[in-house]
This record gives sequence, C-alpha cells and structure tokens, in this order.
Amino acid sequence: MNSSTSLSQPGAHPEALPPVDELWSEQLHAGEHWSGILRRGTSLRLTALEPRANVAALMYNYESLSERYNMADTLKAQHTAYLTAGCVCYSDMGRVLCSITADSCGWHDTVCGLSDAALVQEKFGAGSFQQRRNEFYRNGRDSMLNELGKYGLGKRDLVANINFFSRVTADDAGTLHFDEQHCDSGDYVELRFEMHTLLLLATCPHPLDPDTHYRPRPVMLRARVTGPAPRQDACRLRCEENARGFRNTEMIFPA
Amino acid sequence: MSAQDHGTHDEVVAAGEPWIGTVAAGQTLRIVDLEGNQAVDTLFYNAHDTAERYSAVDTIRAQGNLYLGAGSELRSNLGATMLTIVEDTCGRHDTLGGACSAESNTVRYALDKRYMHSCRDNFLLALARHDRGLGKRDLPSNINFFMNVPVTPEGGLTFADGISAAGRYVQLRAHMDVLVLISNCPQLNNPCNAYNPTPIRIQIRSAG
Repeated sequence: MNSSTSLSQPGAHPEALPPVDELWSEQLHAGEHWSGILRRGTSLRLTALEPRANVAALMYNYESLSERYNMADTLKAQHTAYLTAGCVCYSDMGRVLCSITADSCGWHDTVCGLSDAALVQEKFGAGSFQQRRNEFYRNGRDSMLNELGKYGLGKRDLVANINFFSRVTADDAGTLHFDEQHCDSGDYVELRFEMHTLLLLATCPHPLDPDTHYRPRPVMLRARVTGPAPRQDACRLRCEENARGFRNTEMIFPA
Repeated sequence: MSAQDHGTHDEVVAAGEPWIGTVAAGQTLRIVDLEGNQAVDTLFYNAHDTAERYSAVDTIRAQGNLYLGAGSELRSNLGATMLTIVEDTCGRHDTLGGACSAESNTVRYALDKRYMHSCRDNFLLALARHDRGLGKRDLPSNINFFMNVPVTPEGGLTFADGISAAGRYVQLRAHMDVLVLISNCPQLNNPCNAYNPTPIRIQIRSAG
C-alpha cells in the first residue's frame, strides 16, 4: 500500500478531512477501474467530483477470497433494498466487511448490476481504443474482470455488486426508475473496513442511466486510519442483526 | 438420469432436500409447488462452462424490473439468455432474497440457529456430490421460485407471506444446456415456506 500518495488536484474535493491521519488519496479517472486492499480499521471516503457519478464495487475477504460481499444477506439482515449511512455490507459468512459511516446522498443501489460491452455499444455506439485511446468506452463487467484477474479470480467471482452514488427505485409492480438528479458534485460516502478487504471499483456509468452519451465521472478516494467499529456505534446499534454480525466478525479479530 | 436421456424426467423432491440435474436446450423445466407456499431456491449454470451462471442483477437490469414472472428472460453473468419463464401460475418470484445459510441465520435470527438446516448447505452438499469442482464460489444470488419479497418505493424489503398455493407451477424453456441446482428450502424461521417446508415436483420435457 502506498503511503501519502496523492494524485489529487488541489481544491477538487470540497469536503474537509483532517490530513493528519490520511493514509493515501487517489483520484479515479472517469471510467477507470481500480482495486486495493483496505485493512480492518481503515476508512475510505469516495467523493463524486462531478454530478451523476457511479462507482460499482465488489468486496472480498482478503484473507480468504471465497468469502465475498453478499447482496442478499446484506439486504435481508437490514430489511432494506438500498444502502446508506448506518448500514453494513455483509459477507456470505455472516460477517461485516465494511460499515457505511457517512453518506451525503442517502441511497446507493444494490440490485442493478454492471453494464457490459453489448449495452455500452447499444447505448453509446462504437468507442474503441483505436478511436479514442484512453478515453475509450469501458463497461462495468469487463472492468471488474480486469481487476478480478489480478487476484486469481474471474467470472465465477462476478457476484451482485453495489453501485455507489446511484439511486434506482422500484414501483409497486417492481419496475425500476433511475434518479437522474440523485448525485451532485461533492457527494460522498465513507466505508469503514471491519475486515481486511479486497475492494474492486469501476467508475463506468450506471447500467440504467438513460444518458445516451458516454459520460463517466471522476471520483476521489481518501483513506485514513479510524480504527474499527467502537462499542457504541451507529452501524452496530442499527439493529440486532448487525450486533450479531459484528459479533461474528470480532470472533476472528480479537481485541 | 436415464429418464432425462430420453427427454423426460418426473421426480418429487422431498421437503428440505437438494436436487441437481441437467436440462437440454429446447427442453422445458416445470417446478410444481405441490402443497403451496414453498420457496424453491434455484441456480442455473451453462452445462458446458459452469463459470457462466445465472445472474440476478443482469436479469433485473435487462428487464428493468425486480420480480420474475412469465416472459422473464433469465440472464447469465455474461449477459446471455439462459432460460425464459414461459408459464407461471403463481405470478411473482423473487431473486433478491438469496439463500438461507447457517451463517446468515446467526445474523438474522439468533446465534443458536446455526445448527438448523439451510439452502446453502444443500447447495454445497449437492455440488460436492456432483464432484465437478464447483463450490462456494459458485453460489451467486439465486432465484427463489414461489417466494414473495416485496420492495417498497421507499426501498424497504421484507419477506412476506407467499402468494403461491398448492399446485401452482412455473415452467421454463432452456436456451442452452443448463445444469440446475435446487434447494427445496428447509427454512423454519420466516414465512417463506409458511413455517412448514413441503415437497415439490420437477418435470423435464422435450419440446413438441
């Protein structure tokens, strides 16, 4: 892990963080895919640098990669279809990979998945590397496969992902509606990692964003040391389910 | 499997048991809720490349709707249509609720529920017996036929009483040769099986 690497533009991030405990910061280019290891006790703030950002995310236990973020377990334990501050992200082993400790936009999508090459071609037309060099049209699935491959993972590990900064609601019939006004420049979400976690990110547009132009948005990453969830913690205390999820997690991380 | 080789298969799967089998391209798979309100946790794999498998989010994204019913095309993690729901006398099936497990039962209900039988134990045992190298990495979000998990416009999610009933069925047509993995759900802690797991019937037929 690089320490104090900063690729950010001064003034590009409106929210202030105490610099003293910052581990590192990086700016994700619009359309970029990324992966990294976030140790237990590290918090990562994602900040949208432009309106209508989307960050697809997948998470794996870095000590046992077959344990991974599980959409269904996350939603049913917390009786919610979306994520916001106070929620945690569960692994398929009943443990908490990360907690959402701050959130300025109130809703992060969990059910709409990734774009793929066919969808990007259909929505935006051709955008090859030969035509556009590093501004070529990327898609969510290929982005994730790229990052998965760096850890010996692949298609088998493509599970349901989170789409940070995107809000998609369902009406009574289940029909989905993408909220085009949801994410503003400067909106942020902060993840506090409760386990050593392999995090994969992709900044491709949300697959249900109706924009007919390929316009991914840049996102700022800032990591700092915060320690894991304290005893009195909003995520731990949100519901009895989360108290048990933290208990399961702390069994493998004794104080 | 000899009956399947001749294009037909008809089997009752007892309450709480797993089932694994293949359906060839063009064949239909019918799952019958024999006694009503029985969740049937189901996954599909491309029989010739099991790294390609059912994907809940690709299915939801492609149809722009959370629920499965007649006309739903079940998509793979690579975007292909694996099967289509061609008949449905239940009306709505879930693909958000996932499968119960010993570990998730400790979170959702109580630590001392770990010992109870679960769908992911069924899946793992069926895959181990199948002995083709499949395991927990091969358990993405599944379909729960006959299960009702409504999402409100405000984003609330609950396991609600089922809308199925005795004799209701769902029938799917396969677009590729698929490996089918089923757990006839043994969950006793929520209303997905009306607190009483019951048998289902699985029928595979060739077209025509």
